[in-house]
Amino acid sequence: MELFLEALVSILQPHMLLVIFIGVTAGLFVGALPGLTATMALAVLLPFTFTMDALQGLVALGAVYMGTIYGGSFAAILVNTPGTPSSIATTFDGYPMAKQGRAYEAICAATVASVIGGVLGVLALLLLAPPLARMALFFGPAEMFWVAILGLTLIAALSEGSLLKGLLGGCIGMILGTIGVSPVGGESRFTFGIPAMQGGVELIVALIGLFVVPELLLMATRGRAAIDAAGMKTGAREGMAIFLRTARAVLAKPVNLIRSAVIGQVIAIIPGAGGSIASLVSYDAARRSSKRPETFGRGNVDGLVASETSNNVMVAGSMVPLLTLGIPGAPPDAIILGVMMLHGLRPGFELFSTSGVLTNGFILSMGVAALLMLPVGLLGGRVIYRIVVGTPYFFLVPSIALVTILGTYALRNSMVDVLIMLGLGVVGYLLRNIGIGSAPIVLGLILGGIAEMGYVQSVLGGMAYSVPQLRLVENPLSQILVLLVVLAVGAPMVGAWRRRRVGKERDAGGET
Amino acid sequence: MKTTATALAVGSCAFALALATSSAMAQAEYPEEPITYVISFNPGGESDVTARFQEPHLEESLGVDVVVTHRPGGGGAVAWSDFQRSAEPDGYTLIGVNLPHIVAQPILRDDAGYDTFDWDIVTWFHFTPSALVVSKSSPFETLEDLVSYAQENPQVVTLGGSGTFSANHLETLRLENEAEIDLTYIPFTGTGPLPSALLGNHVSALMSYTVLGLQMPDEVRVLAVAAEERVSTLPDVPTFRELGYDIVGGAYRGVAAPKGTPPEILETLAEAFGETNEAIREKQEPLGFVMTHETGEDAVDLVETMRQAYGDVIEAEMGN
Repeated sequence: MELFLEALVSILQPHMLLVIFIGVTAGLFVGALPGLTATMALAVLLPFTFTMDALQGLVALGAVYMGTIYGGSFAAILVNTPGTPSSIATTFDGYPMAKQGRAYEAICAATVASVIGGVLGVLALLLLAPPLARMALFFGPAEMFWVAILGLTLIAALSEGSLLKGLLGGCIGMILGTIGVSPVGGESRFTFGIPAMQGGVELIVALIGLFVVPELLLMATRGRAAIDAAGMKTGAREGMAIFLRTARAVLAKPVNLIRSAVIGQVIAIIPGAGGSIASLVSYDAARRSSKRPETFGRGNVDGLVASETSNNVMVAGSMVPLLTLGIPGAPPDAIILGVMMLHGLRPGFELFSTSGVLTNGFILSMGVAALLMLPVGLLGGRVIYRIVVGTPYFFLVPSIALVTILGTYALRNSMVDVLIMLGLGVVGYLLRNIGIGSAPIVLGLILGGIAEMGYVQSVLGGMAYSVPQLRLVENPLSQILVLLVVLAVGAPMVGAWRRRRVGKERDAGGET
Repeated sequence: MKTTATALAVGSCAFALALATSSAMAQAEYPEEPITYVISFNPGGESDVTARFQEPHLEESLGVDVVVTHRPGGGGAVAWSDFQRSAEPDGYTLIGVNLPHIVAQPILRDDAGYDTFDWDIVTWFHFTPSALVVSKSSPFETLEDLVSYAQENPQVVTLGGSGTFSANHLETLRLENEAEIDLTYIPFTGTGPLPSALLGNHVSALMSYTVLGLQMPDEVRVLAVAAEERVSTLPDVPTFRELGYDIVGGAYRGVAAPKGTPPEILETLAEAFGETNEAIREKQEPLGFVMTHETGEDAVDLVETMRQAYGDVIEAEMGN
């Protein structure tokens, strides 16, 4: 308790609050630009943290991280492109809301959800880190394989219209994921003799190509759908009224918030999954448990809230495996681990006691950052909103295009990445026109690699068995995950069969 | 007329003098521009963190800015192939290189895009010995326990490590050969996932680096280290050689300049990296690194030795 109070005092210093404020604000704007991600923001910030002491450096990184993930929702809502991978699922309902003239309402909902998610993640980290970390240990190669398969069942939910086209998209994604050096075995695949292709298709590169470029092409060819032009004229008072109404509506559904937070936290401790999966799974869970699932994807605020809550839980949540076991749960965490190493901080359960003030201070600062997102988001959000809505699309399209190209290049200082991004963009545009969406492709890309690695590692681990594949279903957690996969695939089928049967009975009844 | 001649003479003398001094200065004054130091792995990784430690000391010793940039991908191969193809041998572009990566990748991949020897190694500044690590709850108290169990139960003992045909993998293969046992090696991507794989009992042991034993002293037990002598930070842990297995190996980290870089420049750089090593020793050793300074012919010999040692093991394994 003493440690805790000491940490709180160290965080509430004016200069620390200033660091957090600047971090959140900067993160917000970086996140709002499609193509600039949290990982990149932290990498750029990294050299500056060397001049700071350990706590200040970590606090700055935590604040920027939190702000970026939240900022990603702006691009998702206003331009239909996830600002960071974590806001993929935010586009599904956020953009339809914007098209219906409810952009400001969507931003308010995203803000409330992000703040709640951020704070819940901090609470979990503060209070439950040791048990959560022990839970993380249960996820070995076999479990990771089943998590990936469970994730792939989301394709059914993500394919609007045709399941077959969704599955096709998922396969395209998985094939893209095999390009480069194989995760186990180390041989290079599908590089066509180009050394730079050994790096494979980076998730962010695919994301920018498949989401941003098609959207820009659509805007350029058809002009932009009129987004809430009336909303721009709303004064501060009306804006406040919309905010209060939306906040009340979001808080009126605590089940959605809690479910999304729990999903976000569980996925946060699974190594290698990341915020994109958290947002997609929460979205799917919200849709499945909704009484009116057909309204999802057409501007249902619940879907947006689910996605934004879970991805902000991830920020502090993924610090659980990082601080206790030294495992980065998501890509930006690797940079935070680097900063810890630089300052001689060793991850482990002891970290909470030996460097208690520092560790607790860092955790608490993320809570402060989450709370600061409310004022910063509502004010900064209005600015971003005005800029995006007020700029004619013939300026907006080339500006975003330029940022995405710069962002893609800066990711790995690679021109090949830019070419891959543009190539995927054109392919994504064509596929979209024949009804294959970008979301299943990206899902396949993310999960294909995880599934492959889990499978090969498990089978290797079972070499001593007569059937090595048995290793995949040996542990109780694997068996639970298999059950979940069966349920995820089976439940909608049973539902459809029942509906058909009820329909037939009714028809039969009509005949007599 | 006379004045013209004098002027000409004076002028040409001045010109010659200027030429002479400028060329002398070019040699004496390297470096005079910022130096780019390419890291072929992600920001935040061990290579990056090391470069960040080095950066201020290199700047002090060389007197110019040192700019660390990243070009991750393909286990380092993307940056290495690009570097060999396009970097100018003027001493202003350097790249971090790793052993055994630069030995193993060109043997394994037809299109690695670079050659093991096609650069001038400035110095190998770090050595991280491999180490055999089990969790505190493991039934294996000593290396002998593990070996005798593996003799009776072929393939049952699983060893997790970082990467395929990495130092960890190669040390595992050598242990199999030396002890005449059959182990199962399971590669993970990097050292990050290894602690949880071990503590979650997803593998029986890890062939990792000494770093891990230092990071988690309360949770793990180090059975042996693959160094020539005991590691100062793990004084109670025997070497493989002490236990009768001739296994010395691990990962080296170094820096290279493009092939054909003038020897004076290489010397200046080697000196700067040597001074830097001494300056950061205190911070680096507790992290599990062994500081080395292999330059010039020694540096090339090290690569040659590694290539012979690992080339045979890899080819034998690939032939299986």
